[in-house]
Amino acid sequence: LQAAPEPPKEDGRPKWDNKFQYILSCIGFAVGLGNVWRFPYLCQIHGGGAFLIPYFIALLFEGIPLLHLELALGQCLRKGSIGAWNTISPYLGGVGVGSWMVSVLVSLYYNTVLTWVMWYFINSFQEPLPWSACPLNENRTGFNEECYESTAVNYFWYRKTLNITPDIAESGTFQWWLILCLAACWAIVYLCTIRGIETTGKAIYVTAIFPYLVLTIFLIQGLTLPGATEGLIYLFTPNLNTLKNPRVWLDAATQIFFSLSLAFGGLIAFASYNPTKNDCEKDAVTVAIVNSMTSLYASIPVFSVLGFKATTAYWDCLDRNIINIINEFDLPEESIMRQNYTSWISFLNSSYPEKIAGLKLKSCNLQEFLDQSVSGTGLAFIVFTQAIILMPGSQAWAILFFIMLFSLGLSSMFGNIEGVFTPLLELQIIPKSAPKELLSGIICLISFLIALCFTLGSGSYWIDIFDRYAGSVPLLVIAFFEVIGVVYIYKIKRFSEDVEWMTGRKLNLFWQITWRFISPLLLLIVFMAFVTLQMQKPPSYTAWNPKYEGFPMKEEKVYPPWVQAICVLLAALPCVCVPLVALFHLVKQKRRSKDPSFASPEIFSCQGANR
Amino acid sequence: MLRALLLILSVVAIAHAELCKPDAQNAFKVRISIKKALGDNAYAWDANEEYLFKAMVAFAMRRYSSKSTTQISNVLLCNVTDRVSFWFVVTDSSKNVTTVPGSEVEAAIRMNRNRINNAFLLSDKTLQFLKITSTLSPPVEPSTPVWLIVFGVVLCLIVAGIVFLIVSGIQKHKKKNKESTERENLEEKVEVTLENGIPCEALDLKAGRVNGVFAADDERFTSL
Repeated sequence: LQAAPEPPKEDGRPKWDNKFQYILSCIGFAVGLGNVWRFPYLCQIHGGGAFLIPYFIALLFEGIPLLHLELALGQCLRKGSIGAWNTISPYLGGVGVGSWMVSVLVSLYYNTVLTWVMWYFINSFQEPLPWSACPLNENRTGFNEECYESTAVNYFWYRKTLNITPDIAESGTFQWWLILCLAACWAIVYLCTIRGIETTGKAIYVTAIFPYLVLTIFLIQGLTLPGATEGLIYLFTPNLNTLKNPRVWLDAATQIFFSLSLAFGGLIAFASYNPTKNDCEKDAVTVAIVNSMTSLYASIPVFSVLGFKATTAYWDCLDRNIINIINEFDLPEESIMRQNYTSWISFLNSSYPEKIAGLKLKSCNLQEFLDQSVSGTGLAFIVFTQAIILMPGSQAWAILFFIMLFSLGLSSMFGNIEGVFTPLLELQIIPKSAPKELLSGIICLISFLIALCFTLGSGSYWIDIFDRYAGSVPLLVIAFFEVIGVVYIYKIKRFSEDVEWMTGRKLNLFWQITWRFISPLLLLIVFMAFVTLQMQKPPSYTAWNPKYEGFPMKEEKVYPPWVQAICVLLAALPCVCVPLVALFHLVKQKRRSKDPSFASPEIFSCQGANR
Repeated sequence: MLRALLLILSVVAIAHAELCKPDAQNAFKVRISIKKALGDNAYAWDANEEYLFKAMVAFAMRRYSSKSTTQISNVLLCNVTDRVSFWFVVTDSSKNVTTVPGSEVEAAIRMNRNRINNAFLLSDKTLQFLKITSTLSPPVEPSTPVWLIVFGVVLCLIVAGIVFLIVSGIQKHKKKNKESTERENLEEKVEVTLENGIPCEALDLKAGRVNGVFAADDERFTSL
């Protein structure tokens, strides 16, 4: 009787339907809103094509090694972040707890950004688009004052969507329309994550692939718009002088780090559902390269559209000046066109200088319009929406754009929620007999209730705070401890044996060098530079205050002390978990070592558990 | 006789010139942008168009004050430029060499603005009366905001999806439970005790079992 080949050990852990689902989930998690609205902005302000140099160096020495580390860790240990770090060493359990906390905090505010996207999406079905024109004031003699002084797009964003208060200390009221959209967003997240990767694995096919389709459509459309080439030339013209500024290198390193969604625990959770004999090295390289290529690919339509917007604004500026001149001098229509504007201006300036001066013409400079760079929500909800109004068929473009943003954000939310869900499932917060649907329902309900704070008038200020403090510094700290923990506590020799066993070939020298020295060093430098830059000036924010003298410019304000305390708390809480848990275990160990019947726990080995 | 006529005419002409000039009292400047409004279909502004304009203003005055004393000749145009822009006044024929008060003219034009615009195929923006502001039309708002309808559709779809997934999850759970209990029952049967290769349950121990070896012999005995 011939012995049948031993089947892989069945531990009842859910698994991916196929490898493609796993890769797509990792890519979807990594590719998010930042690829569309942060990377092009950084490219623009840091010397165009020249920014790609520090970006790819950071990708090579920081992004890919850390990604490989996390995927290998999750695959080997087959547990979520908290369980995995507890297994490596109970003293490092804090790293898992820290990353779990960061996932919770980020999920809360990230879904609120999706709420805004959803609000814009459901408003895109109107003809004309609600952000295209100002509403009238009460007695219908003119336009609403706040709208008139800024622009219709700004008004729709700050007043009709956020109903923003002039100060973070003023909470304002709950915006019921945002609450509705928030409920819908959390319902969608619940729908997709209801049974863990069983359901997200199906949903990811749509949410990860759809954005690429829309980006391609926008690429084709964007390239046909007038002024697109100016925008692209402006974006990609390299200015190598910017590389002398250390700020550029720091921004490249932080962009790569946050873009790949490292240290959230979500990647560890995804990889833990893999079969152990899987080539995690190839996966890591694939995911990282696809993420960076997506950033580059997305910046092309973004900049075509921005170039189009700048050109249109420039033409509008010229046209306004031309009309003023024609009216003043009673010249026939179409005598001055955009092409001969400069010659006419010089002629008129020489013959009637006082009249020209009296007109107070604005100087129209295309470069100035191109220089107006925006990132983040400003890019999507103000600049892009304004550009969409100018395109023919604006409803369709608006709908496509916001669905794309929603899918990008949703696929990242899956990773965030998985980083929260998997450790809780393993810790058995709910009894094993209870269905998984209950746990995901509880997570979504509690998150929805807490996130209601972000629907207040001051909500967007709080989201900025969460983004700047909870979603930045703790991740760097956790990633640093991750690398140090694996390399020096789990021991790199053991880990490379594990990875060899999983991938089937010897660990490349490149990984040894980067894991041991380069990545921790880079992380340390980035962390210190980041913190130093934050500490240089007192933390401030810009507020939208219609009563400000410089309105429509935003008012620069300093955070009140209680808000600053919350900022510090948000940044410190996940970080402080690491030493706290280590201390807790040290104390426990000291107490246990006095107990003679206690046997030391056996040392975990990736191969031992799975052979 | 002829001389007297000429004198009167020149006096009238001068008087008119006095009445209609830029920034005169009760005079309004009009600015017309035909090319902007009509593009390739633009017509040229000539004496006929001016006549039509005078007629429209006279019409407006008549309609406003409901007395039919205003004539086309009462409307004076002057300073026509290439832009096309000009000044106009409305004279009062009942009172000699005076102009109708600006407020009346303004009100009349406001009341009939739409008719005047349509006569020239222009709009408020392309046929501008510089001192007369137009009331803005409110944007059309449907009774239920569109976004609420879309939101309702989206929410219904989501809720339907969630209900479907939960129900199918419960059904799968029940089926798994039923299957596992069936399997348990089957396993119990396999563990049944055997007696001579025959499961004890099959042996009806109370009634006894007919031994097939002897039962067949029954037939050999003849019936009594």
